[in-house]
Order: sequence, then structure tokens, then C-alpha cells
Amino acid sequence: MTTANPITDAKTVEAELLAFLTERIKTPVRPDEDLFKAGLVSSMFAMQLVVHLEDTYDIEIVGPELTLDHFRSVEAMTALVLRLREGTGADG
Amino acid sequence: MTETTEHSLAVLGAGVMGTNIATLATGHGIPVVLVDVNDDVLAAARLTVRQKLKHAQLMGVLPAGRPRGELVTTTALTDAAGATTVIEAVTEVAETKAKVLTEISALVRPGTLLISNTSCIPIGEMAAWVPRPEELVGVHFMNPAYLIEMVEVIRGAATSEATLERVTAVLTALGRKSLVVNDAPGFVINRLLHPLINRAAMLVQEGVASVEVVDGLLEGCLGHATGPLRTADLIGIDNLVDSLVVLHERTGDPECAPCDLMLEKVRAGHHGRKTGRGFHDYRKAAE
Repeated sequence: MTTANPITDAKTVEAELLAFLTERIKTPVRPDEDLFKAGLVSSMFAMQLVVHLEDTYDIEIVGPELTLDHFRSVEAMTALVLRLREGTGADG
Repeated sequence: MTETTEHSLAVLGAGVMGTNIATLATGHGIPVVLVDVNDDVLAAARLTVRQKLKHAQLMGVLPAGRPRGELVTTTALTDAAGATTVIEAVTEVAETKAKVLTEISALVRPGTLLISNTSCIPIGEMAAWVPRPEELVGVHFMNPAYLIEMVEVIRGAATSEATLERVTAVLTALGRKSLVVNDAPGFVINRLLHPLINRAAMLVQEGVASVEVVDGLLEGCLGHATGPLRTADLIGIDNLVDSLVVLHERTGDPECAPCDLMLEKVRAGHHGRKTGRGFHDYRKAAE
């Protein structure tokens, strides 16, 4: 498993997530594509995304952050990772 | 919420369904004593429940603002004696269920609701293993129990009206809806679902279609949320074979004799999602 990545800028995270998703669901996805609406991701796989983000970026996704909307697209997941890596909550 | 504080659950068996039910209950603020015979299984179950609680929260299916119920794990069946409701969720093997139900029913006070999360064994058979069969009722939770709102409630010939009322109250506190059926091997859901899965595996075995095609057709044409073989992987192919044997022995229905491909999967240790591989391969996604 990948260890904590010290370099976390938006482009790196987005590229990594796109590669991860393409490998897992065998379909190329766009950063802004709604993964659930497109039927690309099941509720069981959504949990795999949580585990993947936590393990890869050494973050803990808990409380109000743990909502499906934050996993709806690569863009949303990237924003979540960057926010939690900065150590500040979404609302400051 | 007074309705949840009235209840405390003991769940017997910390496998897929035991951890599902423990997740559902603690997520709804109801304390759970989870019992299994093996400490390693219980250690894994604590982690599993934590993950499943996260999954439940992610999917937005837990009541907001309700504190979690406490989860206690133990190998001592006596620790389950104080619960207001006992849910048996051990392996679908009559001897195992008989042993557990005989032991627990001798420990609990009269008035304790005794639920079996049986898959196929009729409630009428279990009634012979307990001293107060009027307090015994079947509740067939779906998998994952915390995501699927509907459950099948099985009324045994001896199940009392008071027991049915009490099980409805417990299920309401757990946020579940229920429909009541009469007692029979496999009840409604598994009498339909298990032969369907068996036949789906048989079609793959005969080379009529691949696993992906069988699931794809049932999903695309009949509107199944999850194809029969992916459902089998979620249930556990080992558990399915146990249940099919129970059904076959009790109904004589040849559609219920587990097909060679299912038996092969079990022998190879490919039990489904829980082992990383079944009809489908989950090893990459499970890393």
C-alpha cells in the first residue's frame, strides 16, 4: 500500500485519483464526472475510496466530512484531500 | 430518544451478518454485546464494525444526532444474558444453531425476545430447542443490514402476538421496515433467491454465459440492483451452499441442490467478497 505522500498539490492528487479509478473501474473518467450518477461506482466501492484516500494521504475522514458528496467526483475528492491535509476544516 | 434506550441487543456470531446487525444497532444508538467463540474473530469484528459504521455514515443511513450504542465483544455467552433482545446469527447449520439456541435460551430471563437471523431453517424446527417457543421469531436481515431498510419477519406456529409486537418495536428502533411471512424452509426471500443464484451459477458452469453477462442481464433487463452472482459473493458462497443444502433436504426441490461450480468455489476457498474472490474478483479493490 502507498504510504503517506508528502507532495500533495491539486494536480498530483487529481492525476493519482484518475489513475486509481481508471484501473479499478476499467473506464476512463473526467475530473468533474459524477461517478455515482454515471453508475460507475457502487456504494461498496465508495467505501474503498474512503479507505484509499485515508491510506494514501494519511488523513482521517470522519464526522461531517464523511458524506457521499465528497466522493462524487475526482474534483470533490481532491478538494477533500487538500482540505484535510492542510489540517483546517471546511468551514475554517 | 426513549425508544432506543429501552433496548439492548446481544448478537450471537460475529460473521458477516453478526457484524452487519451490530453496525445497524450501534449506529442507531442501541448497545450491543457481540458474542463469538473465537477471540481473533472478535478482534476482526471490532474493526469490521468500525468500517461498516463509516460506510453507513457515508451512505447517510444513520440517524443524525444520536450517540452511538456501545459495542462489547466477548467469548462468554453468559455476558449475553442481560440483553432485552438476543439475535442469533451463527452458521446456517442446524446442529450449530441448536447448540447456541439451547444454551442461550436457558440463560436469558423469561420475556427476552429471541430472534433467529435464520436464512433457511424453519422457525418451527428451532422451537423444539428452546423452552419458550412463543418468544422466538425469525428476522431475516438483508446484507448489508444497515443499508437495506426492509426485513422479512417469520412467524413460527408458536410465535405469540406479543412477540410479534415486540419485534416490530425493536425493528422500528433500528429504523427497519418489515413484512411478516409464515414459516417454511427459506421463507419467501431465500426460497426465491437461492435457487435463482444456483441456476445463475449453473448457466456459467454450462458455458451459456459468463459471470459478467449473467449479472449484466439481470441488472439491465430485470432491474436487479446487484446481479445474482455478485449477490452470491456478498452473501458468501460457503453460506449459500449451507443454505441450499438446508433447502434441498427440506423441500426436495432439485433446483436447490448446489451446483458443481458453487461447490468448487467453496473447495477452492473462493467464498466471495469476504475472501477477496468468488464469482468476481475483489482483490484489487480490497487492497
